Amino acid sequence: MEKLSLFLGCIVPNRYPGIEKATKLCLQKLEIDAADLPGASCCPAPGVFKSFNKATWLALASRNIVLSEKMERDILTVCNGCYGSLADANLELKKSPELRECTNRCLKEIGMEFQGTAEVRHIVEFLYKELGPERLKEYVTIPLDLKVALHYGCHLIKPSRDRKLGETDAPVFFDELVEATGAKSVDYTDKMMCCGAGGGVRSGHAAESLEMLEHKLACIRKAGVDCIVNACPFCHLQFDRGQLAVNERYGTDYSIPVLHYSQLLGLALGFSPYELGIEQNAVQNIEFLAKIYEISAGLR
Amino acid sequence: MSEELPKVLKAAGLDLLSCMQCGTCTGSCPSGRHTGLNTRRILRDARKNRTAILSDDALWLCTTCYTCQERCPRNIPITDALLELRRLAVKEGFMLPEHRRISEMVMECGHAVPLDEETKQKREELGLDSIPETVQKYPEALQEVKNLLKACKFDELTAEK
Repeated sequence: MEKLSLFLGCIVPNRYPGIEKATKLCLQKLEIDAADLPGASCCPAPGVFKSFNKATWLALASRNIVLSEKMERDILTVCNGCYGSLADANLELKKSPELRECTNRCLKEIGMEFQGTAEVRHIVEFLYKELGPERLKEYVTIPLDLKVALHYGCHLIKPSRDRKLGETDAPVFFDELVEATGAKSVDYTDKMMCCGAGGGVRSGHAAESLEMLEHKLACIRKAGVDCIVNACPFCHLQFDRGQLAVNERYGTDYSIPVLHYSQLLGLALGFSPYELGIEQNAVQNIEFLAKIYEISAGLR
Repeated sequence: MSEELPKVLKAAGLDLLSCMQCGTCTGSCPSGRHTGLNTRRILRDARKNRTAILSDDALWLCTTCYTCQERCPRNIPITDALLELRRLAVKEGFMLPEHRRISEMVMECGHAVPLDEETKQKREELGLDSIPETVQKYPEALQEVKNLLKACKFDELTAEK
């Protein structure tokens, strides 16, 4: 299926609408057909729902998948959590007739049936596989002279048994997409480490979650970058709002700008930080914004 | 706890018997470096049917990053097993209050993180509709989600016991 439906999830439309806007602008520019998915709900959040009850997790996830099946479109996610939840549920339901029967019994209550005709995609793996860094470069109008700390996030690539995106200790495909924008993806200590938010830890154990984040931020600062780039709004929220919480808790002064890949790509495609909602972040870093405006104006 | 942990895990296709307690999981764990989570010990205790692990908060310190599962030399799906243990814990009534609130949020508005006034304004600034194209915009879709959760008896599962 070449046609996609854009699955928003919770954090993108309800906390970081800049990521929604940036994604729509990029998809349009790249001439990728992605329609809205009206009536979609929480994916549901893998950390909490998958941890609670498998039948409920599968039922809610399958409803979202069925909405896309009805539109005869594959689902496009912009969040590692949504991707993990929906792709895992889709796989389990396609694989197991028993789970499918059980889930369809629940779905029958709302007049739906899971058919197994749609695929679940993540924008990063989609762009990499369907377009590739070389073709993406052709669309870039403003090469970004930026040093980036890339955070893959966990559920984009793991479990590798199901994701099949290669090895997980030092993957390169996402770095290649970052570098297609002209930016340099800088290596840093514990690059593949989790941001500390997932699995219900940010909500259930806030202090421990911030401790993991602080470690990650310290490693990133040492690398001397202009910004952090992620592919997951939950990691994004952890890095952005979490940075302020870390500063408050540890007396640090982190002020590292945080961009979703759609926003980084959006800059390279010629959109402004304002259009892409980058200025709506909790972290306000004037120097970074000035640098972006200088790059856009051809002054750097 | 009437059921035996190893049996439940095995029925879910998660056999812990091949675990040799090497500790690669704990050594790889980003949470365990900073918190009280000791994955190796949880696996050992589960195998010995020590059900006290179900009521231990440490079970909820795992971020489900899957690093332990990727690195396990015996290819044990460790994170999957941990999620199964969490589901057993919930069945026994162990749930953090914050997680209960998130469940209630989804039952009420279809989102774990619902729209707020501040974000509505941000959406408008970006030229987006103030209400996104999700369940929040369509009352009949929200009713569907509520009915579906009810069909799964999710309200009973997450009710305080």
